[in-house]
Amino acid sequence: MATYAAPLRDMRFVLHELLDSSALSGLPGYEQVNQELIDAVIEEAAKLSQEVLFPLNLSGDAEGCTYENGVVRTPKGFKEAYKTMIEGGWTSLACDPAYGGQGMPMLVSTVFEEMVSSANLAFGMYPGLSHGAYRALHAHGTEAMKAEYLPKLVDGTWSGTMCLTEPQCGTDLGLIRTKAEPAEDGSYRISGTKIFISAGEHDLTENIVHLVLAKLPGAPAGTKGISLFLVPKFLPTAEGKPGPRNGVMCGSIEHKMGIKASATAVMHFDEAQGWLVGTENSGMRCMFTMMNAARLAVGMQGLGIAETAYQSAAAYAKDRRQGKSVARSNARETKSTDATPEAPNAADPIIVHPDVRRMLLESRSMTEAGRALSYWVGLELDRAEHHPDPATRQEADDLVALLTPIVKAALSDLGSEAANSAVQVLGGHGYVHEWGVEQLVRDARIAQIYEGTNGIQALDLVGRKLGQDAGRLLRRFFHPVSAWLEAHAEDAELAAFTGPTAKAFGRLQQATLTVAQRGLARPEEAAAAATDYLRLFALVAMAFMWCRMAEVARAKLRAGANGEAAFYETKLDVGRFFMARVLPRHSMHFQGIMAGGETLVRMPAEAF
Amino acid sequence: MTINHCAVLGAGLMGSGIAAHLANAGLPVLLLDLPAKAGPRSAVAMGAIERMKKADPQPLMLPENAKLITPGNFDDDLAKLAECDWIIEVIVEDLAVKRALYDRIDAVRKPGSIVSSNTSTIPLRSLSKKQSAAFKQDFCITHFFNPPRYMRLLELVTGPDTRPEVAAELTTLCDVRLGKGVVRCKDTPGFIANRIGTHWITVAIDEAIARGLPIEHADAVHRPMGMPKTGVFGLVDLVGLDLMPLVATSMLMSLPPDDDFRRVFREQPLLTRMIAEGNVGRKGKGGFYRMNKAGKERVLESIDLVTGEYHPSTKPKLDAVEAGRRDPGALVRHASPAGEYARAVLVQVLAYAASLVPAIADDIASVDEAMRLGYAWAQGPFELMDRLGTDWLAGAVEAVGLPVPALLTLARGRTFYRVQDGVLQCLSPSGDYAPVVRPAGVLLLQDVKRAGKPVMRNGSASVWDIGDGVLCFEFTSKMNSIDPEIMALLGKALGIAAKGYRGMVVYNEGENFSVGANLGIAMFAANVAAWPVIEQQVAGGQAAYKALKYAPIPVVGAPSGMALGGGCEILMHCSAVQAHAETYMGLVEVGVGLLPGWGGCKELLGRWQAEPKLPRGPLPAVAKVFEVISTAQVSKSAAQARGLGFLRATDAITMNRDRLLYDAKQRVLALAEDYQPPKAFEYRLPGPGGRVALELAVEGFAATGKATPHDVVVSNAVARVLTGGEADPLDVLTEDDMTTLERSAFMTLVRNPASLARTEHMLATGKPLRN
Repeated sequence: MATYAAPLRDMRFVLHELLDSSALSGLPGYEQVNQELIDAVIEEAAKLSQEVLFPLNLSGDAEGCTYENGVVRTPKGFKEAYKTMIEGGWTSLACDPAYGGQGMPMLVSTVFEEMVSSANLAFGMYPGLSHGAYRALHAHGTEAMKAEYLPKLVDGTWSGTMCLTEPQCGTDLGLIRTKAEPAEDGSYRISGTKIFISAGEHDLTENIVHLVLAKLPGAPAGTKGISLFLVPKFLPTAEGKPGPRNGVMCGSIEHKMGIKASATAVMHFDEAQGWLVGTENSGMRCMFTMMNAARLAVGMQGLGIAETAYQSAAAYAKDRRQGKSVARSNARETKSTDATPEAPNAADPIIVHPDVRRMLLESRSMTEAGRALSYWVGLELDRAEHHPDPATRQEADDLVALLTPIVKAALSDLGSEAANSAVQVLGGHGYVHEWGVEQLVRDARIAQIYEGTNGIQALDLVGRKLGQDAGRLLRRFFHPVSAWLEAHAEDAELAAFTGPTAKAFGRLQQATLTVAQRGLARPEEAAAAATDYLRLFALVAMAFMWCRMAEVARAKLRAGANGEAAFYETKLDVGRFFMARVLPRHSMHFQGIMAGGETLVRMPAEAF
Repeated sequence: MTINHCAVLGAGLMGSGIAAHLANAGLPVLLLDLPAKAGPRSAVAMGAIERMKKADPQPLMLPENAKLITPGNFDDDLAKLAECDWIIEVIVEDLAVKRALYDRIDAVRKPGSIVSSNTSTIPLRSLSKKQSAAFKQDFCITHFFNPPRYMRLLELVTGPDTRPEVAAELTTLCDVRLGKGVVRCKDTPGFIANRIGTHWITVAIDEAIARGLPIEHADAVHRPMGMPKTGVFGLVDLVGLDLMPLVATSMLMSLPPDDDFRRVFREQPLLTRMIAEGNVGRKGKGGFYRMNKAGKERVLESIDLVTGEYHPSTKPKLDAVEAGRRDPGALVRHASPAGEYARAVLVQVLAYAASLVPAIADDIASVDEAMRLGYAWAQGPFELMDRLGTDWLAGAVEAVGLPVPALLTLARGRTFYRVQDGVLQCLSPSGDYAPVVRPAGVLLLQDVKRAGKPVMRNGSASVWDIGDGVLCFEFTSKMNSIDPEIMALLGKALGIAAKGYRGMVVYNEGENFSVGANLGIAMFAANVAAWPVIEQQVAGGQAAYKALKYAPIPVVGAPSGMALGGGCEILMHCSAVQAHAETYMGLVEVGVGLLPGWGGCKELLGRWQAEPKLPRGPLPAVAKVFEVISTAQVSKSAAQARGLGFLRATDAITMNRDRLLYDAKQRVLALAEDYQPPKAFEYRLPGPGGRVALELAVEGFAATGKATPHDVVVSNAVARVLTGGEADPLDVLTEDDMTTLERSAFMTLVRNPASLARTEHMLATGKPLRN
């Protein structure tokens, strides 16, 4: 069966031992945040995830959402779970205290997102979308708008959506057709059809606040002519209650591969009343301000699934007895690892098989590195938004901008890979719905697609982030890595980490210079290298995380480990596996990049 | 008769500027003006000479050139004109006053001396009408542009009586010694440049007002049209709004009755009001743009053409401008207010220009040359017409209801210029094509390139065969910045030059020879911490420049414009330099937190060590070079570069940009007879003791606030290289020892975050960061 217990010890290791979570208290607005508070929050989050959300995951998948006459019902138990969630204040976690939020850092919210995704990815879509709408409105809404809507989004009585995609456009939003006509009262009338609207319609909240991209009359062509509008399902009354129904209707919901308990709606806007968010034609800019947080959240979905997949597969592998270990067979040694005199020929648990261990360790070593990497980005996101020094804010923002596409793509790829590996470990049972593992494969798949496909993430990395300001963004990553490697070059104990990382890092440097140089002359060359480059970068970033984690683990062991020697030894073991067996994947990507794009573009389209 | 002595009559802005430039050419000049009412009798001319020394941009290439200028006044010193071969009148634009002065000049000048006027508005026939026959024979118009040192156009107008020798002698002198592009004009109002230029400015302002286009937009649109980067409103601010009505009045008085200027000119109440209120441009309270200093920060403001109110300037990003960056045709066809404005302006101005040939000049090439050199247009009007297409333009002219000029009709279906058998030809009013003839002693790389293919090339440089066994190495990189590709091709070029050629010239026809290494590439490599790659690039450059210096054939550097950083260093490794007079050299690496790493420290120190004027001992040369490098001194002329050691006494200067390649090639051929590579420098340096002395000096600057904290770090790194690192004063260091020191200091600096911040700031803003 799928199993999930929040990996609180691993999370605390990253939060407090690897990253300096206590530095958060130095940021204005986070003065009250300390290790005890963070630990208390994540322990409660673990309970919610394990006890409330996880038990609904399989049943929610089986039942799915249902649509009837414009009304969408969520699966059994979702309403109650949502009620529990908002009563616990979880929707207000990382929100502004001025609107009833708890003012917790993005970092803590990131940890929470991981747990929710591990427990029930589909359920997490509802509060997740609300939080995106909250951030956009908080950054760009008028004071009146914020006073009217934000407290409702924060306390969770209302939820939110982001309405971007239309039948004819997804990636290229410049092609949208939804129109906004100015009305005499200063509001607008929004008309058009949006598709793939997560949480577009459901029965969890009394009202839904749609943020809609639309074009004003005479707006410039392309993305420069897009504006953002707030369109509530029910127009609020003066008392802040849902009032008259607005011209927004759910036409249908999609029948999807996964996240079946998340309602993905087709939304029709028919002269719906809406209000401009931000200035005219600044819709794309408004979207961009929340893009990094949203993409990081999708990365957390991949990570969350990977964690559950690993835990489920590891539990099965330790439990399932099948055949004998290769070592025992070859040694003609009949004793099972835990054979008893009563059953000397008992089969071994499949965890004895190197190939099963390979799958488990691949998932685990990347999951742990991915957690370290994504929490780092979460911490920098807090610094980018809260640090008093503009130069530090800029540096943090640079790093976030650089690593966000990597975290989004690499961790959503990881979610898929780990889920598939878990199915493989479970064998036939993995393929059966009741075991709850094949669901992970289907649920994980969407994270590689939405919020910008992973191909788009790779293009964002090579096309925008790489060359920006002569590579300034790169410095925020390359310099710390280079400095760390130089400082530890002579450290023999860490040689198993520094050696492979230095080699892969050197290739990343070379690949970066090559992609930049070729891309300058021919942008198509950079595009052809994009996915390999992102994956190479992600492996090096994970390797760097492992170097730092190994350094911390060793220091703790030297200091006596406080009764946790096994925990830190395991960290080193998992890290060594990553260096020996996962990091070498970088060679393939490096060679792909250096080979150039010629073989990708030479074949005529007709030949496909 | 050769011209050895000159006189300039009138010591105003133009007169003193012309006098200064004659002095730049080494000619003694008598500068006369009216006698002063108080103080010394020649106070007016004396004051003008004093102002020359302080003016910016500097009219003098060297301050001491002022000694060639003798001040005087019309009453006491007119008799001295008898010694002058060329007398230039630059006084007030008043016919009666000029004629009266001509009478006085004619009475004292020696027979056969040349008299010319710098008038911009009065026809030659009126000026000389009442003068003696001898005067008429020796008289012409030489119209300089402001400022005379920098503006390359000289319009030469002769009358029916002018002796042919007058034009020939002046053409030679102005071309070769003053470096001007001499364009022969007919005796028509405004000659060429101002005739078309005034029409352009008038149309550009009128159309912007009529369309309510913001001036920032109007100015931005002029860039892709190849007009000066100031745009039209910025240009008028520069020359002065008050000049506009004067020029217009003068034009209206003298132009033919059917001239198109009469159609486009109208009174603009806004201009009248601005002039009345003293908003006449940069020399006044402000103009179309002004710097508002009322608040804490200086705010650039622009006038609203409709309301006449000032508002903070914007930096518009216009789709039309973006579209037109590569193709002006895309600009004028862009469906937007900016595109329509560009079309309206260009169609009228180009049609006007086409209607004026052959009335104002015999050929279209002269018109183009005049607009390029006199108004800093990137392309002349006929070149622009070719880019837009003659058929398109004729159609566009018809569409706005203007008559299509005969010359444009003649050009329909073809181009004004064409290349036939590698030779540039232009359409003459007869309908035939005639070759564009270059004067003797002019060799242009653009002509060489038209005629053939490069011997070799890569993404950043090309090598051309310029005849007589001489190669030309040309940078083709963005802004001629020096990058690893250039270094690679330089090595290859030297290889083939040594095998089958007599020598090589390093030259290009960009605005600047090179502003240094490609900082973007270096910055990118630094950002990804690719330190070995950077070190390899430093070492690669050192090796390439060393190979250049010791090549078995002579290599002559021929710079014009800025030659900074790596661009200066390559010249310092050449066998000789033939520099255009307007060459600005400097080792400016400290500005981006680095130091010269391609042998610049080594070469400059070697030169100053050999300088006999300095006191004995190792320290004086070190201190001199330290001063030049650590304060990033840049010469403001080729002549000044000699004083800094960037050029040697044996290096030569060419005044005319167009003659530079020819002169450099001649230099190669002269050196190639019996060429021996130079002997290597040896260095005796003070070592750590000397370094401490320099560091103390830097500390002093830091204490008084003249040096920033990072200046101290960078200066100390420079000091370490120049004093020989850990060298003992008794050691003899080689050139290789010096480049090793340069490289190691460079690598230390490039890894310093404060240096990266400087480089980053320079790349982002084009200005140095003082951190």
